[in-house]
Formats: sequence, C-alpha cells, structure tokens
Amino acid sequence: MESKTLEIRNLNTSFFTQQGEVRAACDVCLEVQPGQITGIVGESGCGKSVTARSVMGLVRYPGRVVSGEILLDGKAMTGISGKEACSLRGAEVSMIFQEPMTSLNPVMKVGKQVEEALLLHRKLSKKEAAKSAAQMLEKVGISDVKNRMECYPHQLSGGLRQRVMIAMAMICSPKLLIADEPTTALDVTVEAQILRLMKQLCDAGTSILLISHNLGVIAQICDYVYVMYAGRVVEQADTMTLFDHPAHPYTRGLLQAARSLRSDAEVLATIPGVVPNLLHLPAGCSFSPRCGQCQEPCKTSMPDMLPAGEKGHLVRCFLAEKEKQQPVEAI
Amino acid sequence: MVRNALQRLAQSVLVLLGCALLIFVMLRIIPGNPIAVLMGEHADNTVIERMTAELGLDQPVLVQFFRYIGGALRGDFGTSYSLGKPVSSLMASAFVHTLILALLAAVFAWLIGITSGIIAAVKKNSILDHLFMGASLLGVSMPVFMTAMLLQYFFAYRLKLFPIAGMDSFAAYILPAIALGWNSAGSVARLVRSTLLETLEENYIDTARAKGRGQVGVLVVHALRNAMLPVITMMAIQFSGLLSGAVITETVFSINGIGRLAVQAIAGRDIPLLQGTVLFSAAVVVIGNFIADSLYRVLDPRIRREA
Amino acid sequence: MVSDRSRKIVREYEEQQKNAVAGMNASSDGSALAGKDAKEREEELKREIGEAETFFTLMRRLVRENKLAVFSAAVILLFILAAVFAPLLTPYSFSDMDLMNRLCAPSSAHLFGTDAAGRDILTRLLYGSRVSLLTGVVPTIMSMLGGALLGVIAGYLQGIVDAVIMRIADVVLAFPSMLLAMVIVYMLGDGLVNIFLTLALVNWASVARIVRAQTLALKETEYVEAARVIGVSRTRIMFRHLLPNCLPTLIVLFTLNVPSAILTESSLSFLGLGVQPPNASWGLMVNEGRQYLYNAPWVSLVPSIAIMLIVLAFNFLGDGLRDVLDPYQKK
Repeated sequence: MESKTLEIRNLNTSFFTQQGEVRAACDVCLEVQPGQITGIVGESGCGKSVTARSVMGLVRYPGRVVSGEILLDGKAMTGISGKEACSLRGAEVSMIFQEPMTSLNPVMKVGKQVEEALLLHRKLSKKEAAKSAAQMLEKVGISDVKNRMECYPHQLSGGLRQRVMIAMAMICSPKLLIADEPTTALDVTVEAQILRLMKQLCDAGTSILLISHNLGVIAQICDYVYVMYAGRVVEQADTMTLFDHPAHPYTRGLLQAARSLRSDAEVLATIPGVVPNLLHLPAGCSFSPRCGQCQEPCKTSMPDMLPAGEKGHLVRCFLAEKEKQQPVEAI
Repeated sequence: MVRNALQRLAQSVLVLLGCALLIFVMLRIIPGNPIAVLMGEHADNTVIERMTAELGLDQPVLVQFFRYIGGALRGDFGTSYSLGKPVSSLMASAFVHTLILALLAAVFAWLIGITSGIIAAVKKNSILDHLFMGASLLGVSMPVFMTAMLLQYFFAYRLKLFPIAGMDSFAAYILPAIALGWNSAGSVARLVRSTLLETLEENYIDTARAKGRGQVGVLVVHALRNAMLPVITMMAIQFSGLLSGAVITETVFSINGIGRLAVQAIAGRDIPLLQGTVLFSAAVVVIGNFIADSLYRVLDPRIRREA
Repeated sequence: MVSDRSRKIVREYEEQQKNAVAGMNASSDGSALAGKDAKEREEELKREIGEAETFFTLMRRLVRENKLAVFSAAVILLFILAAVFAPLLTPYSFSDMDLMNRLCAPSSAHLFGTDAAGRDILTRLLYGSRVSLLTGVVPTIMSMLGGALLGVIAGYLQGIVDAVIMRIADVVLAFPSMLLAMVIVYMLGDGLVNIFLTLALVNWASVARIVRAQTLALKETEYVEAARVIGVSRTRIMFRHLLPNCLPTLIVLFTLNVPSAILTESSLSFLGLGVQPPNASWGLMVNEGRQYLYNAPWVSLVPSIAIMLIVLAFNFLGDGLRDVLDPYQKK
C-alpha cells in the first residue's frame, strides 16, 4: 500500500465563469494502486474528466486547480514549476483522449508524433527514436508499421488512430496512463480490441486511470472504481463489491438503468430528474432532489464518505449503514 | 493532383478571358469615337476616319476583341494614345516600381501582422492584445490616402527622414511601402489571432501538452503550422492585391507604377493603356489566387491526398 | 444556426421529460420533485429559446456584451443626424467662398478652419457627410439586393444558371476593386447616380458568392426538404425559406460593406474621379486640400479623420453583430 502510483488529496478544481464559480471537482480524493486499472464512472459533467485533466495540468481556461495535492509515485505534481511539470508529462504520466479523430495533429506524420515524446524526454538520436517508435506501434497491434508511420492521421481509421494515441502515450513507458473515454468514439468491436490492449499494458506494469460513463467498460477491466456525481466522489469500492453491493442510491440507479437496457423490459429504468446545475447545487447532498430515499438530514448537510461493509468500500450517503444489508442481484 | 491543378489552371485562363472581354466591352460602350474625343473639336473629319481605320476601330467589337487577344498573347497590347509608346513597354517599366513597392509593403505587413497576431493570441485579453487589435482595426479602417499623407507629412516633411516623393533612392520606397502595407498588416494580424486562438482550442494541442511539450513547443511545433494554413492563403491573395497596383499610394508618392499608369490613362482618355493596365492587374490577381489555392493544397496533407 | 440550437434544446428537453415520466423509484416524493424540476426547466428553456430567436433579445445581448458596438452605433447615428440637420448646425454656406479667409487655421469662428477657397471646413464636412453616407448606404443596398438574389438563384437552381452567374462573379472579383471602379466610372461618367451604380457593380459579386454558399448549405436542411416534399414552389422556397435564413449573414455583410463603399468612394473622389465640385464629399475635400498639406494640413486631415471614424464605427458594429449573429464564421 505504501507506494501508490497516483494519489489525489482534496482536489478542488473550479471554472470561474461570468455567472460565478463552478466547482467542477470538489474535494476529490482518489488513489491509483500500482499495476491496477482504476476507473472513474459518472454522467457527463460529473467532474471525472476535470479530475483527470487536473492531474495533467490541462484544465482549460477559465478553469484552474484551486487547492489540493496530487502525488505521482510519492512526488508532488502540484506546486512545481512549469518546466518540471513538462518533464513529468509524457514521461511519467501520459494521457489519451476521447476523440482519436481530433487528438492527433492533422499536418504531422503519425511516426513523428509518436517519436515526439521520446525526443523530448530521452536523449536519443532521431534514428533511435524512430526505431523505438516503430517497435511501440507494433506492440499496440499496428501492422505495416513502416508505411503507417509515413501516414497523416486522416488516412487512418478511428481504431488505428486510437492505437497510435496509445503508442504515443506509452512510448516513454510512463508509470501512469490516464485514459479519458478512450473507446467512446469507437465501434464496439474496436472497443473490445482497445480494452484488451489496455489490459495487456496494465499487466506489463503500467497503472491506468480509466474514465468512462460506460459501466460495461468499467466492469470489464477495472480493479477498483470511483463513482462521481456533481463534482464529488460518491462511492468507491473494488469492482466486484461495487457491482454486487452498490450502496449509494445513485450507483444503484445507474446499475439498474444499465441492466434494464440489457433485459427486454418494456420501460427503461431511469433516474428521475436531471443532473443539477453546478452553479446552483442543492443544499445538503447533491443527489437529494433526485433520490428516492431522501430524508431530512440529506436536505441540509452533505454526508462524508462512510464505510459500507466490505473493506475499502466507502459511500457518501447517510443510509450507508442500512444499505449494505440489501444485496442487489448481480448483473 | 496534376489533373486537378490543370483543371484549375484552365478555369483561371477562362476567368482571365472573361476579364478581357468585360473590360473590352465596357470601354467600347462609351459613346462617341475615342479618336474624335482625343483629337478635340477642331480635328479634320477625314483625319479622324483615317486614324479610326488604321487602329481597326471601325471593325465589329468581336473582331476587335479577337485581334486584341491575339496581340496580347504575343505581348502586344497596342500603342498608348497619349504617350505614343507601346503599352507593353510602358507596363514593363511601371511594373518594376510596383514590384519593389509591393515586396517592401508585404515584408512590412507580414512581419508586423504575424508577430502582433501571435502575441495577441498568446496573451489573449491582455493589454497588449487589446492594443494590437485596436491598432489593427485602425489599420483596416484608415483610408490609404490618409496613412500616406500622414506619413508624408511627419516623416518626410517634418522630420525629413525620407524623401517626400519620387523614386530616386531605395529610401523613397519606404514610406509608400508602409502606407500600402498598413491595411494588410491589420488584416493579417486579425486573421492570425483568430485562427491561432481557434487552433489552440483543438484537441491535439492537449495531446501535445500531455506529451510534455512546453508553451513554446506547443505553439511552434503544433499550433502555428496549423494556424498558418489560412494565413498563407490570405498572404498570397494579399500580395497579388499589392502587386496589382496601389493606385492611391502611387499617386500620393508619385511612383510611376501600374496604378499610377492607370490613373494617367484615364486622365488622358487613353483606352489602350487603361485596358492594358487593368487587364494586367486582373491577371496578377487571378494568378495570385491560383497560387494561393495551390499552396494550400500542397501545405495541407488532408487536401493533398484527397486530390 | 439559431434554430438548430433551439431545436436541439427542445429535443433534449423532451427526452428528459420522457425519462422523468418513466422514472424508476417513483415514490410520490420523488415524482413531485421531478415534476417541479421539469417545470423549472421548461421556464429556463423558454428563456433560452426566446433568447435564441427573437431579434430584440439578440440586440439586447449585443448591448450587454459589446459596449463598443453600441457606442459605434451611437456614433453612426450622430453622423446621420448631423448630415440630416446640416443647415441648422452651421451659420455658413457650403459653397460660398470667402477669399479673405483662405486656409484659416482652426479657431472659434471656424472650428476646423477654412479651405483654399475660404469655405468653412466644418460646414463642408457636414454637407459632405450627406454624400459620403449616401454613397455608403445606397450602393450597398443595391449590391446586397442584387447579390443576394443572384446568389440564392445560383445556389438553389444550380446547373447552367449557377455556372453563368458564378463565372461572371469570378470575373468581377478578379479585378482589383479600385481599378474596376475607375473603369466603370470612366465608362458611365461622373455624377452621384453613376457613383452609386459603380459601387454596386463592384460589390455585388462577393455578396452573391457568400449567399450562394449559404444557400447550398441551407438547401440540405430538413425544413427545406420538407417544403419541397409538400410541393412548395421554387420561388416560394427561395424567397420565404432560403433568403430569410440568410438574413443574419446579410446584416453583418451590410455593416461591413458600407464602410468599404465609403472608402472606395472617397478614394475615387480623392483621385478626382468621383464626386465633382462644387459638391462636397469627404474624399473630394481631402483631394482639394492635398496641395496645401504642408502649410494647412487640417484641410485634408479633418475629412480624413471623419472617414476613418465612420469606417471604424461601422467595422466595430459589424464585428459586434457578427459575434452575436455568428452566421458564417464558425464551423
């Protein structure tokens, strides 16, 4: 337990808009253990991407990290100079994005883009860099590497591009790979291939932080899962526990909605209401307006993360104690 | 690729032919015999008729047109009525001056425009940004004769740093080049800023950051190359605009370029000269557009491969 | 664009309502809350859609967001008022010469000084603004009407009509506008009406090109397709469905074409090819003062500044309108 690959302590990231401060990530605490795939799941706008971008220092204007600590392998990533941060990015921690179509520079050859990080972080000649880029591209399952390296991104398919992105992120063998919805824009068959590839990378020693709104993806490859809602972590547990004994009403709602999609139920299960506006969060628990089991204390105060049964299972709900007794049938 | 280029080239030639026809027809619509107008009220009718026949002006317009095109292809644009010299040689010597002026103006405009555009985009909403963008809007809004006369008044007349007018030395070209480039600098700066800002929002910029590229690296290696595509196109078009005759600037600074030649042609009711200069300018613009288009296709791999 | 956005909002809203109705955990408490939520949302939506669609709310946004554009509009209005009430604003006549007072420097008697014929420059400026504003507006309206009409016809009918119109536009656009204007003025002769015609003939082509491009895009939209399917006539589709949707573009184009027309006119007059004495136009005034640049710079400078101010005002207004209406800028 001592050397965590990533540790986020009380991260607060806000967007300062004309209408006021939007607290996109709120007191987020999160850990990624070495050799594991850790997932963050939640609806769009729940703060999962912002959390990941905060780690990379890629929060876009008008947003910025307000407070909190981010430790990569025990070393602080917050409060360091821009130069130091640059030397970590791409070398120790790297990121792949949702849109493989637009995440590659359209006027730069694919090979060059893969080599780029190597040339930035390692003292290598161009020739050596090209050689190891080719090896990396082969490793992520690209055939005909020699020709493909001379291609421009628009000449590759979506799946290939995402493989290139992964190769690019992995080229310096970072300790942590952050994958922000890596398969959302891809076909289902390609998705399966990419997930398999990520599993392999993890087995080879890279820890992964996987962000997805897709419970299926999370269930397939994650070891440990965080559920986020309205900028906060509302539940965390290892994958088995979370799917077998979800404790937060929101998590249960998500699981039920996902399950009703698979069964031939006439009526799709949904969670009533809409995601609250982050500018006007309800007093008390953010989920209380939509919660079926909302009680008096929920409307006035925000619950802490409370233990819920299994070891390592925490939930931000006053009902945690009661909920753990009612197992939900497995999906 | 080659077929596409040929296609566009053919289209350019067609447009140019259209230009020639349009200008030709417009200048023949004018009522009255140009020779009679030229020779004044007291000219002898027989002389007028002889001259008219000699110049082929008694032929149907279309016959005249094809004759003209035939001549133009051989470099013969007729003889200037007012100056008595071949239009082609007049244009050739004028073009030298216009070329020097345009080159200088372009260098000035692009240096100023591109740097201030980049700075404005990188330091978005800073004082510098507002300053540069205000200046560029001023640049776009100032009439050329105003810029020209202000420069002339302060730098030539008051400070005596440059000659007031003329083409005697290289220094004489500097003020006109600034006057001419001022507008272009404004529009280049605005375009550079807006495309660069757009580019900096792109996802691949995040990717580059995630790789560990610093501010400057992201800007130089990833953003500029992409942002410059439309700018280069605009520059090519602008340059042909500068080359096609800076009528006002050349008039204010008495530079005998293409633009001034056109003004002289109008003043002298000199149809062959007017026709020649205007057609020449149109040709420069058409060629400039063709080059701009081709450049874009060469520089942008997405279009390059599709073609 | 505007209607696209609102349509999207409505679609989202309907989906959310469906979700709310089909809600799981529909305890009475929850559904009541969901119902209230929906109502609030509806109010919000009405506001958003209303804001997206009416002209006045757009203008309100312009007023709120771009003070500079509003200020520019005020400046333009001021110029127009000054032009209309010119005789009331000055004790001098615009053509009476006073040879005792030639080239007077600005003073309390002559706020902007006098010109070479002893005429009050402020007076001539006021009267000249009539000509300059008219040459800005009238030919622009002519070229916009003609250009929009030809553009929509070319874009909608395509084929041979399109080819002919657009090739002619290409030819017109191939000439540097100043030279083309010079030739047309030479052909037509001077006089105000001929200047109007000249500027209209020079400027219609770019309008036609832009409107055609937009027509081509609009043609593919569902509502035009729907109109065609139910048998709406071609002219009706063009005039009732396509042209009104080009209106935002045309408004922006108008505010940007007026200053360019003013500049072209003043350049023509500066060369002595435009408005003829004893009429006053700003460009002509600059021309008349040119030979006295060194001993009486105000004669040329004052009208130059007037031109710059009005052009600047129109450009600011056009920029502001474009930001609000954003018709063809963004992808």
